[in-house]
Amino acid sequence: MKAAVIVFPASNCDRDAATALEAMTGKKTAMVWHQDNELPAGTDLVVLPGGFSYGDYLRCGAMANQSSIMAAIKAHAEKGGAVLGICNGFQVLTESGLLPGALMRNAGLKFICKPVALEVTETQSAFTRNYAAGQAVTFPVAHGEGNYVADDATLDRLEGEGRVMFRYQNNPNGSARDIAGILNEKRNVLGLMPHPERAVDPATGGSDGRAMFQGLIEALS
Amino acid sequence: MTEISTDITPAIVAEHGLIPEEYQRINTLLGRAPNMVELGVFSVMWSEHCSYKSTRVHLKTLPTKAAWVIQGPGENAGVIDIGDGDACIFKMESHNHPSFIEPYQGAATGVGGIMRDVFTMGARPIAMMNALRFGEPSHPKTRHLVSGVVSGIGGYGNCMGVPTVGGEVNFHKSFNGNNLVNAMCVGLARTDKIFLSAAKGAGNPVVYFGSKTGRDGIHGATMASAQFDDASEEKRPTVQVGDPFAEKLLLEATLELMATDAIVAIQDMGAAGLTSSSAEMADKGGSGIELDLDKVPQRETHMTAYEMLLSESQERMLAVLKPGREAEAEKIFKKWELDFAVIGVTTDTHRFIARHQGKVVADIPVTALSDEAPIYSRPFEKRAPMSGTPAYDKARPVLASLEKLMAAPDMASRRWIWEQYDNSVMNDTLQHPGGDAAVVRVHGSKKALAITTDVTPRYVKADPVTGGAQAVAEAWRNLTAVGATPLAVTDNLNFGNPQKPEIMGQIVGAIEGIGAACRALDFPVIGGNCSLYNETNGEGILPTPAIGGVGLLKDHARMATIGFKREEDVVILIGETKGHLGQSIYLREIEGREEGACPPLDLAAEKKHGDFVRGLIEAGRLDTVHDLSDGGLLVAIAEMALKGGMGASVGQAAIADAVGFWFGEDQGRYLLAAPFAEAEKIVAEARAAYIPVAELGRTGGDAITLNDKDSMALKTLSAAHEGWFPRFMSGEEIPVRN
Repeated sequence: MKAAVIVFPASNCDRDAATALEAMTGKKTAMVWHQDNELPAGTDLVVLPGGFSYGDYLRCGAMANQSSIMAAIKAHAEKGGAVLGICNGFQVLTESGLLPGALMRNAGLKFICKPVALEVTETQSAFTRNYAAGQAVTFPVAHGEGNYVADDATLDRLEGEGRVMFRYQNNPNGSARDIAGILNEKRNVLGLMPHPERAVDPATGGSDGRAMFQGLIEALS
Repeated sequence: MTEISTDITPAIVAEHGLIPEEYQRINTLLGRAPNMVELGVFSVMWSEHCSYKSTRVHLKTLPTKAAWVIQGPGENAGVIDIGDGDACIFKMESHNHPSFIEPYQGAATGVGGIMRDVFTMGARPIAMMNALRFGEPSHPKTRHLVSGVVSGIGGYGNCMGVPTVGGEVNFHKSFNGNNLVNAMCVGLARTDKIFLSAAKGAGNPVVYFGSKTGRDGIHGATMASAQFDDASEEKRPTVQVGDPFAEKLLLEATLELMATDAIVAIQDMGAAGLTSSSAEMADKGGSGIELDLDKVPQRETHMTAYEMLLSESQERMLAVLKPGREAEAEKIFKKWELDFAVIGVTTDTHRFIARHQGKVVADIPVTALSDEAPIYSRPFEKRAPMSGTPAYDKARPVLASLEKLMAAPDMASRRWIWEQYDNSVMNDTLQHPGGDAAVVRVHGSKKALAITTDVTPRYVKADPVTGGAQAVAEAWRNLTAVGATPLAVTDNLNFGNPQKPEIMGQIVGAIEGIGAACRALDFPVIGGNCSLYNETNGEGILPTPAIGGVGLLKDHARMATIGFKREEDVVILIGETKGHLGQSIYLREIEGREEGACPPLDLAAEKKHGDFVRGLIEAGRLDTVHDLSDGGLLVAIAEMALKGGMGASVGQAAIADAVGFWFGEDQGRYLLAAPFAEAEKIVAEARAAYIPVAELGRTGGDAITLNDKDSMALKTLSAAHEGWFPRFMSGEEIPVRN
């Protein structure tokens, strides 16, 4: 699997994503600058990392969505290529329209950094195929604006189509229907607020995130 | 403000924080009267904040050398060798005055400033710590300050993508009018890629990069060198505004520039901005510097030379490049969308010269701003240490007191704070806040750095010498308790007005104690910062010489944490327990008194006990350790139990007085937990080495049980411990304590 991590100004989980991918794949991960126009040839997986792109001074992800690399990412997704948006990357994906809904300020109005218990609700995707349905996993969260909102029709549709992939067991941020991560219609674009790339090493954040990367490797190689 | 032509009146001199004798000295050094711009330059360079004029003679007595020290005090931060070509660069600095006036921006820019100090030297910051002191919880301003400071630290540090991994928080009425915000940054570099600020050589381009210069923060350094009164909030315009996005770009761009070999010298623009960075670089390089202020990137129009030289706008750097490398550097800053300008040149004239609109607006010998700055041996009065053993109710039930202590403002869980900090970004945080020391892995290696900040201000107040030494000893102990070899410290000396002999006595005493402990523990001081004049309406703070310590674990797989891990582990106490309650948390929180002598410190025993415990951890024989500090033995047991989710049944040993035994704050002690067979060996070895040791009981169950009879459920203790902070911050009324 060839992976590319996009670097926006003030992305700050780009190195973590690359380190996790490199540990899992044994291959060098391409770091792609936001002003580039193309992804490296043969890219299988695009990761939009966490961070504070453009300082989050406007709506989170709104400025990053204007970057020139976004056209290439949209084309990649259109062709069925896998895209993983983590935290700020999830916010960029909702801003870009690749995923529905939006991420608002946490209900408690404070930044939250802690490990959270999640339920893997759907396994039908390259991202979740190596988990069991209903499996409990723990990933760290670290965000101030992770409160997922969408209108009821969209939420009904996400649930009806099996596109809610992760749910919080104790909702930390007020997200609608405890949603922590969602998939697009074609099932190749995942956005989630918790950080699977911070859960690949028992010495730091546990190892529950490994199955996501392992699943991607198996599906995309 | 018109410049150059303004007549300098005694009132203007006073407004610049200079006394008449200092103004006279400026005239002598220049051989003429200064103009307004020059007066401004002298005022910031000679401020307490920049010149250390009250403390310098005493700071010189501190031990600063060891085989592993690469750079001691005098640069932007200290540097130690941690093996394999890796260097650790760290420093702690205060942002007290701005954080009281505008807590969010004050704390945020404190974080930004200390990070710049570290990456200016070539290091990528890998961990942040914060030592915070606030007024009493019932004071009407305290919540606002806690909330603002915590969000400011988080708002800046989280955006930077550097984990904030720990620190300390105290509440005391002496901080009602002056809170303390001390931020520490730890970074990693290669030993052969360390950047210094000495602008050696003439004819090299001086380049400016980062954010534009605005009118914010003018005279911040002077404000930070003055006392507060009721009108201090009017000083809000001297507080800078932080832009963490710009800082993140500046960090990446600076490290990218450092990967080339284009840099001769580099310095961040912190306190006293362009003036201090350029004058210090010229001074250290033994050169001169000429600045063309018209070239400075400006955020506002019609800025005067005075404003540009004194602005403390954030996220700016100054560097001296090798000639001809400007275009290469500019390309990097363009990529990161930051301003870049060549604003001057180094010279061999040993003069600091600034030009604006074709005129020389300042022309000062460089040494007049550095070596010739006034140094004072201020009169000091060492008061006799507070003494005596206060009376207390010996029959008071122990467990009820424990529950109260676990919920005391100084003892309650700080989860409310640290969950607002990104403490796991960079994927190397091995010990999160809540243990003895934070531990962060050296990326991609088996090594890890342990980091702590410590001081017990009430001890320093009672006895500055012992209290200063205790701050060092506690930092050393906390690093030892995770299994790290303590390597070096940075000090952050927060005191009141040094022109009062009794305050100067506290400063001199604390430095004496710090020096003694650092020498005894082979724990050199490699950097520091002083924050004086922490007084409001003549009332000084508790003396607070905060110590930031760093240690090294060679193999992080051999690391101890505080939580109990296995049922039936033997709980072992190392160190002597005499039941010292003077100046204890128990006495203050339960008996309502701040009295008596602080606990004595035996540095030889401290070292012996610590080396013994560390040896066990390094040998892979011990994984559960907690140092004993505030609140004493029983509080430590409760913390180990809560962290591990497992209780313990323990009994009293050594002394008969239950209150003294369980809550005394005798120094040089650790609690260990180990399986029976290993525990027996540890106890035997301790006895053979003449180290006081006692087996207190066994782990297990879901309660703390004392002497096989009284017990308290962990869930009760947890509710007390975790409940206080969120309740306080949600606005619950706090009873006023007398």
